Amino acid sequence: MIENRPGLNLLAHATLILGVCIVALPVWVAFVASTHGATDFMSGTIPMWPGPHLVENYSKMLGAGVSTSGTPPVGTMMFNSLIMALSIAIGKIAISVLSAFAVVYFRFPFRGLAFWCIFITLMLPVEVRIVPTFQVVADLGLLNSYAGLSVPLIASATATFLFRQVFLTIPDELTEAARIDGAGPMKFFRDILLPLSRTNIAALFVILFIYGWNQYLWPLLITTSSDYYTIVAGIKRMADAVDGLPQWHLVMATAMLAMLPPVAVVIGMQRLFVKGLVETEK
Amino acid sequence: MASITLDNLGKIYSGGTRAVGGVNIDIKDGEFIVLVGPSGCGKSTLLRMVAGLESISEGEVRIGDRVVNNVEPADRDIAMVFQNYALYPHMSVRQNLAYGLKNRKTPKDEIEKRVAQASEILQIESFLDRRPAALSGGQRQRVAMGRAIVREPAAFLFDEPLSNLDAKLRVAMRLEIKELQKRLRTTSLYVTHDQLEAMTLADRLVVLNGGQVEQIGTPLEVYRTPASAFVASFIGSPAMNLISSSAVAHLPGTAHAGQIGIRPEDLTVTPDGPILMNVLAVEELGAQRLVHGKTGGERLTITLPSDALLSDSLNLSYRPEALHLFHKDTGKRIA
Repeated sequence: MIENRPGLNLLAHATLILGVCIVALPVWVAFVASTHGATDFMSGTIPMWPGPHLVENYSKMLGAGVSTSGTPPVGTMMFNSLIMALSIAIGKIAISVLSAFAVVYFRFPFRGLAFWCIFITLMLPVEVRIVPTFQVVADLGLLNSYAGLSVPLIASATATFLFRQVFLTIPDELTEAARIDGAGPMKFFRDILLPLSRTNIAALFVILFIYGWNQYLWPLLITTSSDYYTIVAGIKRMADAVDGLPQWHLVMATAMLAMLPPVAVVIGMQRLFVKGLVETEK
Repeated sequence: MASITLDNLGKIYSGGTRAVGGVNIDIKDGEFIVLVGPSGCGKSTLLRMVAGLESISEGEVRIGDRVVNNVEPADRDIAMVFQNYALYPHMSVRQNLAYGLKNRKTPKDEIEKRVAQASEILQIESFLDRRPAALSGGQRQRVAMGRAIVREPAAFLFDEPLSNLDAKLRVAMRLEIKELQKRLRTTSLYVTHDQLEAMTLADRLVVLNGGQVEQIGTPLEVYRTPASAFVASFIGSPAMNLISSSAVAHLPGTAHAGQIGIRPEDLTVTPDGPILMNVLAVEELGAQRLVHGKTGGERLTITLPSDALLSDSLNLSYRPEALHLFHKDTGKRIA
């Protein structure tokens, strides 16, 4: 829709700016809080402008961490989160791209059944199956391990379905041309399918990385050793200070730090991400 | 290079539908054969069976002396050009040409030599490093042909390669394909629904209808002595006039004829002609004009020079030997 009325333009921009403000305000408050001293937040008024303790707060969190809450230094938690998010994102993509390949390109018995079985797991997110999954992971001795953190979250019907749709848009003639050109199934997969789904893989990676990074309930359940705390679950633990007031300035500093990797991934892959969501040319 | 033999070839789909049946064609080494027919006549299925993309339910396909019924497409020594070109969108033109050779473990310098040769023949050297998306339809068509040429196969299979091009380009590419095939002398099997394309390209035509071969012959044979009423109506533009024999019962030798055919150009306007046609419409083609009309409830079309005089009714005459008679039950030609 293209309208050439300045009033409408103004309204559109005002709406957008309002939206940006609503999204940005909590982030701003968190940032401001992370630059103040320990007592400033207990005084009753929330400061709106940065204070003088920025370097002090951040270096404390990056260095020693908050010993009273039992959490390790932020660096360790960030590393754990990174491992978890990367394993989930890469694992999900690898498994779902292969299963979509099988479902779309091979005529095996019960193919439709296999697809629907995958599809039906959409109805069983982690939260629904959390008790049995915990039991399985505990029996396998995977509590307090990176495998325990990531493997149960790797299977993904959504990603399989997405890749299936991508593969279905690739014309049959391309498959046939590759067959005549002497490309076997795996060669076709590597040389044709993967490059053609490159942008979709990138878009999915961004979404899944953030999904993995933001996992809260699952890591909270299966990690009892502070060596395996992830940052998101760690922030919660820090805010739950048992014998004292929560140190909001440090919690907020951690929250700010926890935001950085997803932001970096989004910015770094933005171009591919957008292309993957809108691209139609095949 | 090789001959291709289709021996009693048939295709039955899993639902029991018979798409193609009892097709016998002997394609000589270096021959250009065009399969032509209306959509749904099984011509593409036939081609895909030769390519190995469709399984064979009955009969045999032989390339050279080898029965290839159960041979993978890649090992049949054929190359195929698709209607939508089927170029790999993420590869440059050069990579597109080289991909098949690379998969066959052809030495690198040999690949380079063949790509250079093919791109020179097709004049695509200047955009070897572009992606297919950056090419026009005609250029993509050339690349698709290049991909077939570099393989130096025993046979080319063309699946309506020109249908996605605009009319002018189609005529130009048609000529190019013809010249290229004459030059390379590679056995070719070409599928089209366009009878003009079929006439101009073919050494021999195979006219298909309902999964059956109606006629095999050189373009002129097929045009002059169509084997059935279907072939008569399908080949030639404007189409042959087909008149039910009851309308002209007085003609001698038409006892078994169901339909009588005459080509538009075989009807001439003469003042005392026996057929009186009421003119309904005139189409100007520039060099000639098509005059459509009716006589005794039957539609007729004739071609006239563009300077011919027109009136509301015309008297037409014909030479008796220009008539084609088709059997009333089988639709086959009566000699």
